[in-house]
Parts: sequence; C-alpha cells; structure tokens
Amino acid sequence: MRLSTYNFLTSKAIKGVKVGFPLKLTIAKKDVVESEFNATFIERLLPRLDWPAIRLAAEIADLADDIPSEQPANIAENEELLKKLHHLLLEIDVLEGQLECPETGRVFPITDGIPNMLLNEDEV
Amino acid sequence: MASIKLKKLEEYLHGVDSFEKPKIKLEQYITPPHIASCVLYNIQTLYGDIEGKYVGDLGCGSGMLSIGSFLLGAGMTTGFEIDGDALNTFQYNVTEMELPGIDCVLCDVLALPKCGKWGNAFDTIVTNPPFGTKNNCGIDMLFVQTGISMASGAVYSFHKSSTRDYIRKKVKDWHVKGNVVAELKYNIDTSYSFHKSKSVDINVDFWRFDVTEKDI
Repeated sequence: MRLSTYNFLTSKAIKGVKVGFPLKLTIAKKDVVESEFNATFIERLLPRLDWPAIRLAAEIADLADDIPSEQPANIAENEELLKKLHHLLLEIDVLEGQLECPETGRVFPITDGIPNMLLNEDEV
Repeated sequence: MASIKLKKLEEYLHGVDSFEKPKIKLEQYITPPHIASCVLYNIQTLYGDIEGKYVGDLGCGSGMLSIGSFLLGAGMTTGFEIDGDALNTFQYNVTEMELPGIDCVLCDVLALPKCGKWGNAFDTIVTNPPFGTKNNCGIDMLFVQTGISMASGAVYSFHKSSTRDYIRKKVKDWHVKGNVVAELKYNIDTSYSFHKSKSVDINVDFWRFDVTEKDI
C-alpha cells in the first residue's frame, strides 16, 4: 500500500462512524520502490492531499524530517519538497501492518501490500 | 501521443496473469489483452486521459487495465477489487513486471462513495464492470455511477451493446456526456465450464463519460 492511497482511506462505511479519518497506521514491514519523479503529477495530487494525514504518515514512516507539520505556501516552486512528497507518497510501500478506525478501533489488516477494507454485513 | 507503441503495449499485456479460478458469482473474466491495449491506447491518443494522470480501476481483477494504464504513463494507478484471490494475482503481476506506481485496495467497489474521501480523487477512472447477467442486474451502471463520483475528468467503461439506449438516458440525468468510443466483439470462450458452446461472441460498447459537468 502506497501512502498516496492511505491519504484517501477511511472507515466511514462502518455504521455509526462519522469521519473515520485519518486511520491509525501501523507499519510492520515496508519497502522502498523507486519510481521516476514527475513534478507535475505531484502538483496535481497536492489539492487532494490531507496535509495532517500525510504528515502523520511521514512520522510513522520515519520521514518526519522531510515533511513540514504545516503545509507551506507555493509548494509547486519548491522542487526539493516535491521530491520528498514523491518519495513519501509513491515510493514507500507498506507490505505488512494495519489501519485502525479512530472511532471504533476496528482494525483493517495490510497483508502482502494489500489493505483489506472489506466489512462484514453486520458492520454496515 | 503515447509514450509506448501499441504493439509493445499488447505484448506486455499478454504477460498479465489471469484469474486462477474465475468466480461465476463475480462474473470474473479477464479483459482480453488485445482489447485492453487497443482501448487504453485510444484513451491516451484521442483524449490524453492517461499520461501523467491519477487513474483508478474499479473491479481491477488481476490488473489488466491498471497495468496497461501505468505502461501508458499514468502518474499512479490504484485498483479496487472485492476478491482477495484476484488481488494476490494482481500483486504477483505487478511485482513480476517490476512496475512501481501501481497500488490496490481490497474493498467493495460499491461502498466507495460512502467512504467520503474518494470523491474526485482521480483524474480518470477505468472499469470493466460485471455486466449484470448473474442475478445482479444493473451492477454495471452502479460501477459507472461510483466511477463518476470518484473522477474529475473522465470515466471509461465496457457495457453490452444491448443496453446502449438505457445508458444514454441514464447519464443524461447525471449531467454527464457519454459517447461510444468503440464497438467490440467479446469472445468469452473458456472462462467458465458452463459455457457449453466453444465460444460465445457478445457485442460490447466501450464508453467514454465526460464528467467535468457532472451533477451526482
């Protein structure tokens, strides 16, 4: 699971959950998959990012020094930060771990890089 | 313009492993590599909807459309699939082909709009939905509806040609412009043992939905 995907995952589909975001991420095993840096693509993703959530993800992935706690202005002109975002969002691959609903504590396992967001019938 | 030649794309897609044991209830069959490469190539060359874009694949199965989109230069692709076995094959394919920007989520596609965050997350959504022939009539349009909520640019989908008029009317209600990009013949031959005749040809439309003015 890439952290760009994590940025969009919620547990809101669970009955009674109001926001379900951000999910509490635990990383047991991760990999780094190098990919070509495309500044335009990262800029394209920017407005869709939830900054506090990706900052949280950076802390959990031991990359807190790369990502400022507040979203800086004019990121598009800051190539160094764009490259760090690229690394955080597209290159870190969470292979084993879990996502936890902040409201109910329901755990969604991440196995072989696949987050399992399926819910049982009695949960929806 | 496309970053890869059509012939090369098809060659790569022939290397995508299919479902090990297709599940009838989920109407699983792989998008044929020839069809996948042709339609994806056209999405890029006619509309520029893949290169540098964030592409989502609903009901991605073992990853034919996700992998094809990435090979055509998508910035990132995320596939969504309800069947864990299919996703294991998806991951196997992605690892085997050493492709970096492809991700997947095990989930119920039709529950995605309820999750709140996926709305307009993608530039482009591609989907080869179940056609709704196994007591799940209308599921193909539920996939499209979900896709429309998740895309800011365009949604591409396959449907039986017999449903063309219905789809035209349906998307008009959502302020979405739909047009048939290609008419295809699907040959679903050996996927299921209950297909008694050797091969079954069905007429399929490949649709493009422009969602930039959607009201959904």
